[in-house]
Amino acid sequence: MFCLRTTSTTATVSNTTDRTARGAAATVSKTALVAAAAMLGVIASAQARDLTVVSWGGNYQDAQRKIYFQPFAAKLGATVLDESWDGGYGVLQAKVKAGVPNWDAVQVEAEELELGCSDGIYEKIDWSKLGGKDGFIPAGVSDCGVGAIVWSTGMAFDGDKIKDGPKTWADFWDTKKFPGKRGLRKGAKYTLEFALMADGVPTADVYKVLKTKEGVERAFKKLDALKADIVWWEAGAQPLQLLSSGQVAMTSVYNGRITAINRTEGKHFGFVFPGSIYAVDSWVVLKGSPNKDAAMNFIAFASQAENQAKLPEYIAYGLPNIAAAKLVPEKYAAELPTTPDNLKQAIALDVGFWTDNSEELSKRFNAWLAR
Amino acid sequence: MRPDLSHRLKAALLLAPLLAFMLSFFVVPLVTMMKSAVSDPVATEALPRTARALSGWNRTDTPPSSAQTAFADDIRALKNDEQFGDLVRRLNSAQSGFRSLLGKTRRALDGSSATDLASIDARWSETSWWVTIAEAVASPWTDKNLLAAIDLERDAAGSITAMPEGASANRLIMIRTFVTSALVTFACILIGLPYAMVAASVEGWRRQVLLGAVLLPLWTSLLVRTAAWYVVLQDNGLINATLKGLGLTSGPIPLMFNRLGVVIAMTHVLLPFMVLPIFSVLIAIPRNLMPAAASLGAHPLRAFLHVLLPLSMRGVVSGALLVFMAALGYYITPALIGGANDQMISSVIAYYATGAANWGMAGALGLVLLAMTILLYAVYMRLTVEEQRA
Repeated sequence: MFCLRTTSTTATVSNTTDRTARGAAATVSKTALVAAAAMLGVIASAQARDLTVVSWGGNYQDAQRKIYFQPFAAKLGATVLDESWDGGYGVLQAKVKAGVPNWDAVQVEAEELELGCSDGIYEKIDWSKLGGKDGFIPAGVSDCGVGAIVWSTGMAFDGDKIKDGPKTWADFWDTKKFPGKRGLRKGAKYTLEFALMADGVPTADVYKVLKTKEGVERAFKKLDALKADIVWWEAGAQPLQLLSSGQVAMTSVYNGRITAINRTEGKHFGFVFPGSIYAVDSWVVLKGSPNKDAAMNFIAFASQAENQAKLPEYIAYGLPNIAAAKLVPEKYAAELPTTPDNLKQAIALDVGFWTDNSEELSKRFNAWLAR
Repeated sequence: MRPDLSHRLKAALLLAPLLAFMLSFFVVPLVTMMKSAVSDPVATEALPRTARALSGWNRTDTPPSSAQTAFADDIRALKNDEQFGDLVRRLNSAQSGFRSLLGKTRRALDGSSATDLASIDARWSETSWWVTIAEAVASPWTDKNLLAAIDLERDAAGSITAMPEGASANRLIMIRTFVTSALVTFACILIGLPYAMVAASVEGWRRQVLLGAVLLPLWTSLLVRTAAWYVVLQDNGLINATLKGLGLTSGPIPLMFNRLGVVIAMTHVLLPFMVLPIFSVLIAIPRNLMPAAASLGAHPLRAFLHVLLPLSMRGVVSGALLVFMAALGYYITPALIGGANDQMISSVIAYYATGAANWGMAGALGLVLLAMTILLYAVYMRLTVEEQRA
């Protein structure tokens, strides 16, 4: 609507100019005004865009498209655009501070939820639309976000190439027993925890050790030993490619993608749950989103038990909706991070630790990486 | 209207779109980023009472008790969540732990008149947290980011010192960025100069094909070209498979996740910016110069060194500048093809902007890069002016 009004107003102005003043100057100014109007039109029409949902790409987003995005678009009778990102709080903050964000519903990691909620860059969730907070696991409930998945980061290997696979992070560090490169997600988070576990810190004490200066030194020292053999990845789909091509012998990876590629491409990749770290990703709506209502409706749709329960068939992530988790067939349940057997030796990501220390440790990590 | 004035007005109007474009897409963002590097108004604006209470404090003794009251009042008065978020980010960036400390303190102060902060969290009785606050509220301007961009900081006494070993590697990464860019530029000259000479020496369809081969990749997305190199260079990729198939190597040669891979991929991507300027200089050179040199008895090599090469140098100089400047800002190619030791300064800037939301540091690093680039540009201007005079 804004677009139409701008164009017509400008047209009137240029007509008046044409009548009162004659000569080249008027023509030039008219051209400039028309050009400006055209530019404004482009900018304005960009604002009246379709609902844009942002997730983490790869085979995970393929599954979401099938069970959430497309059915919701059909229900809405409108287009739903989906984009992917690889995290980063600054991305969201910049979009909100710029005025009207070009993303609406975004799946964020736990500390992005925490940071953004205290900074006020997300819209508040109306939990009555979602059937109340009691229907969700506690980590999936926040003023600003609704739990989307429970997911794990752990090590994976190609079962066709390594018969007796690695069991612990110490095995991951053992390049004599398991020759080949190692893939890790580029960043301090997860990497430091894994290094401590490889150095023999019991899973229960990882964050206790990491909270001390000596613990951080210890983690970096352990990383020094493996540094030359590490290939760093950033997007969630990269480790699968690295593993498939044989570029790395083992890699850290998001657990669901392993089961998904095993099912769709007949691979025999193994995922090691002991020593893995699990966390909850949440859906948020960016503040000032022009499609706020549609985005909230989308989140409600994606959080409904019968819709969420379809996810494990495609990708093995745990479900924050308690009723949905009960609907998952047993054959898929065994591969979820939320299954008691898989939870046993896994640890929960310490969100508070990372919101406090992320910047300092990232700086240290980047400096370590560059040397 | 006097004709003179109307002419000027016309000229100004014709330039208006350009000026508007330059202003909104060049000057404003540049000034904003430069300002963000040195401006630090968050704490001063959010904590005015604390600033007054801490102004006379020597930063070594226990802070005055009035500071606690003032700080509690300031936090209670902060109603804007975004402003509070900015404050938290500013303080936590200087000292890890402020995020949880301030969150807890704000919740405890909300709706209560308590002033004894130490009873809310024991950390408030430690001096170090107050020192960080005192530094943050001291002035709305700071040189902290600019110093940190080149691995320097101010010690407790306020004098500039080097950061502790391992805390930051910006200088190293900056040098690496320049070295990698220089390597790429050199490789581009090595390939681009003979290529442009061949392209300029042939006519008709041969020239079209040669130029097309350079131009075509320019129309392909940078990401696609980089991804293609990823496929070609990997351990089981095209090159290694061929070498292995021919029996030349037993194991894969590491072509990726190292400097070699980055230089190969970046050279390919940036080659057009070298070939085109040299080509445009070469086709303007009269074709009878080489035969003339030969008729005077010059050996072809000598004719090349003394006639053709000096004449094509202008193209090489501008091509080298284009390639070098573009290479300085490369981000995607080193990130995908390079290893940990090949990341360039843009990836650090990107981390501060998109990861940490620390625009001050992103701006400061950008400013340092800009300053060095301008320095190089000044050198280039000197060179070309001398060239024209000669």
